[in-house]
Amino acid sequence: MDKNNRKAWLYLLPAVLFLGAFMVYPLIDVFIYSFEEGYNSASQTFFGVGGYNYSYILHDPYFLQAVKNTFILVIITVPVSTALALLISVGLNSIRPLRNLYQTVYFLPYVTNTLAVGLVFMILFKKTAYSDGLVNLLINWFGGESVDFIDGPYWAKMFVLCFYTVWVVMPFKVLILTGALASVNQDYYNAAKVDGTSRGRIFRRITLPMISPTVFYLVITGFIGAFKAYSDAVALFGTDLNAAGMNTIVGYVYDMLYGNSGGYPSYASAAAIVLFAVVLTITCINLLISKKHVHY
Amino acid sequence: MKNTDFERIERSARVRKRVLNVVIYTLLTLWALIVLFPFYWMILTSVKSYGAYNSEYIPSFFTLSPTLENYVHAFTAVPLARYFTNTLIFTVVTTAIMLVVTVLAAFAFARLNFRGKNLVFTLFLALMMIPNELVVITNYVTITDLDLRNTFAGLILPSVTSVFYIYLLKENFAQIPDNLYYAAKVDGTSDLKYLLKVMVPICKPTIITVAILKIIECWNSYVWPRLVTDDELYYLVSNGIQSIRENGFGRENIPAMMAAVVVISVPLIILFLIFRKKIMAGVARGGMKG
Amino acid sequence: MYMKVVLQNLTKKFPNRGKGARSEVIAVNDFNFEIPDGKLIGLLGPSGCGKSTALNLLSGLLKPSSGRIFFGEDDVTDLPAENRGVGLVFQNYALYPHLTVRQNIMFPLENLKGAAKLTKAQMQEKVLEAAKLVQIEEYMERKPSELSGGQQQRVAIARALVKMPRLLLLDEPLSNLDARLRLQTREELRRIQRETGITTVFVTHDQEEAMSISDMIVVMKAGVIQQIGKPQAVYDSPVNLFVAKFLGNPPINLFHGEVKGGRLFIGEDAVCAVSGVNDRPVWVGVRPEGFELNENGALSCALVGVEIMGRDITVISRNSAADSAAIRSIISAENRVDTANPVVRFHIKPNKLFLFDKETEERLACGIG
Repeated sequence: MDKNNRKAWLYLLPAVLFLGAFMVYPLIDVFIYSFEEGYNSASQTFFGVGGYNYSYILHDPYFLQAVKNTFILVIITVPVSTALALLISVGLNSIRPLRNLYQTVYFLPYVTNTLAVGLVFMILFKKTAYSDGLVNLLINWFGGESVDFIDGPYWAKMFVLCFYTVWVVMPFKVLILTGALASVNQDYYNAAKVDGTSRGRIFRRITLPMISPTVFYLVITGFIGAFKAYSDAVALFGTDLNAAGMNTIVGYVYDMLYGNSGGYPSYASAAAIVLFAVVLTITCINLLISKKHVHY
Repeated sequence: MKNTDFERIERSARVRKRVLNVVIYTLLTLWALIVLFPFYWMILTSVKSYGAYNSEYIPSFFTLSPTLENYVHAFTAVPLARYFTNTLIFTVVTTAIMLVVTVLAAFAFARLNFRGKNLVFTLFLALMMIPNELVVITNYVTITDLDLRNTFAGLILPSVTSVFYIYLLKENFAQIPDNLYYAAKVDGTSDLKYLLKVMVPICKPTIITVAILKIIECWNSYVWPRLVTDDELYYLVSNGIQSIRENGFGRENIPAMMAAVVVISVPLIILFLIFRKKIMAGVARGGMKG
Repeated sequence: MYMKVVLQNLTKKFPNRGKGARSEVIAVNDFNFEIPDGKLIGLLGPSGCGKSTALNLLSGLLKPSSGRIFFGEDDVTDLPAENRGVGLVFQNYALYPHLTVRQNIMFPLENLKGAAKLTKAQMQEKVLEAAKLVQIEEYMERKPSELSGGQQQRVAIARALVKMPRLLLLDEPLSNLDARLRLQTREELRRIQRETGITTVFVTHDQEEAMSISDMIVVMKAGVIQQIGKPQAVYDSPVNLFVAKFLGNPPINLFHGEVKGGRLFIGEDAVCAVSGVNDRPVWVGVRPEGFELNENGALSCALVGVEIMGRDITVISRNSAADSAAIRSIISAENRVDTANPVVRFHIKPNKLFLFDKETEERLACGIG
């Protein structure tokens, strides 16, 4: 038995070492950091222990801007992407020819580099001295005024960020939803059809309840993912997100750690913990709601 | 009911079905275009010459004089090849170490008995809920303190752990009937040999899926590399592209930028087209981006 | 309100999904028959014979490749399922798992539109009526997962009946139930059908089930109707070897026989006189109840064993001309079988004996006895 024990731990050793060093220890440490006031990363000294770091970030206009941006992003992209994915998946599920082709195409953004394709989005939306960019060209066609989506007004920048975020998260949602839709037993649809149920009613009363666990799963993971938004913003607006006014909470954490205003792991830790608390709260609320509305 | 009644119902049902089909295909095609257009645009722009691109006030949707000069430029003016090699090394080494660590741990959980197994496994599962953002801060400090910034070790070490993949593999390993293990034991096979000769081959599909998902993750990783590398020598493609964007080719050379974007995107798209079914199934089983 | 259903040259072909040459599977081949008003019809055949396809053609879930379907005078061939007004009970019941029994039964009523639309109170009343009919009214607020298989079955029937369909279709209604429940439920089905008087078609592979409750059975094989008729009539007068073998439990006993000079031989034994058939080898089918113990009987067999079943005795014997290893004959328990005697002799009842062509397996019209 003892020999077995030792052997098993030997197999586990690499995983335990890696996880211990890079997950468990940092997890404890981040809480410690967040309460160490005036931590200096060069000398590794601090003045005292307390909640000053939290108070600092909560009064930092950059942090507040980041919180606002993140919340707007979450509130717009989660419902929009989930609804759109639902629409597309239902459409996808009701056709036979070309279905595989569409599915493959829809999945493409998942395997692309967020930073690289973000650059393409930037040039599509950007207005420069030489050119108004393709999107503005389309807007002009429909009789609208050119807008600089990258360096222009706040709502325009937010629009691009939301648009790109939806573009990036759609593959996962469509994939999961088409899977859920396909696994609903065809007999339910046949039964409903024989009973003269209209398409709309079949969707509302049968399809939606049947896939409701999946939808809630997507909403929950969607919230978590959107709260962690960062690289999409970097791709569109560059690394100096504070200057662009488009920083996110995660971006704030990294900027505090390193970057233009960096070198303050204590502030970064406090911000990360605030983010974690927000995500945890929202996930719990989501789970409570889903308990009530998911049918099995 | 009269027959004419039926005919009317039949006709309206047919018409409704056709209209619905048109609507569905229009919607699906529209989204497909939105998905594909950025890819088309980056390829198109990458073959437009610098002069031609900058003289287009109204961007044109095609070009009659494609050129590869941007690709040459992308490889010569910025160290794109170096970013590429770095990413390749980073991806391969990270994935390889991850596989070894994951397979060994999954084997211990699935096959071996030891005191506290359930407790340890529960702790492992609990770690799945820890967001990367929380631990990245200390890891950054650790790597800095160990003087591992701008090294491959610094890039790779914190990236190899993945509790989710251990869980995925453990589930798969656990499906292998116990009898195989006892049969191998009777034949005097060692645990390690059993793992390598029996379990790994049987679970090859899952292992490949895990590897592919990790490769995608590595290829696209941006945050961690950005934190621990500020020397161009160690940039990965994501950081490279960001640096190209910010410092450019000396001037704002968008066609060359797009050429770099194409070069960076192509390997994963090829990988995807080859392993389409595997990747989609793997992601459906719980892969989350990031 | 109710009406007969007529199938005219009804054919359904499916493209064959295998690789290689493009071919078609004909699941339903040129069906012509009439389902009389208010009767219970059993579509019977081995699995894969196309009976479920036929049912789905009636429901409208499948479109026929050719041929017409009439409900009464109305040609409904191209009418989609939602407009046909049929009730369908699925093999796995297809009860909506997220709805209660009451909501499940009410579901079809809520679909009614226009003039047919019902008030909430009317719906409740109809739901209760249907639930009472299938005796499920105590479980109205349960979810399907909280019901037994038999109860789910009743709910499914109630849901199909609640809108008073013109035609009720049941796909293998009893196959998911255990043996005891199956007996009980099939009586129930019969009762419900009688009470409502709705023309009902059900599909089954179990001949006993079909025989016991149907007014009429349709025996199918590989997409082709073999025989249509009252269960007893089909049993007593099968048109071919397939029907003879498919109906009856224990199954019919088969022998290689030969007609020679007006007499039927099984092996060496001249069993009976035959008229109207010229000399040829034939298949001889004898129902288990067609044997009579008789010391002077024409057919001699080697006795293997006796199973006493209370009312009946099953005599198991062997004969070199028999198609199977054992001949099962059922005789009244009043008979005594001398188990010490290795040979048992039977007299064969002429009306329980059928002759079939060796090649075509069609029944041979002949006089026996």
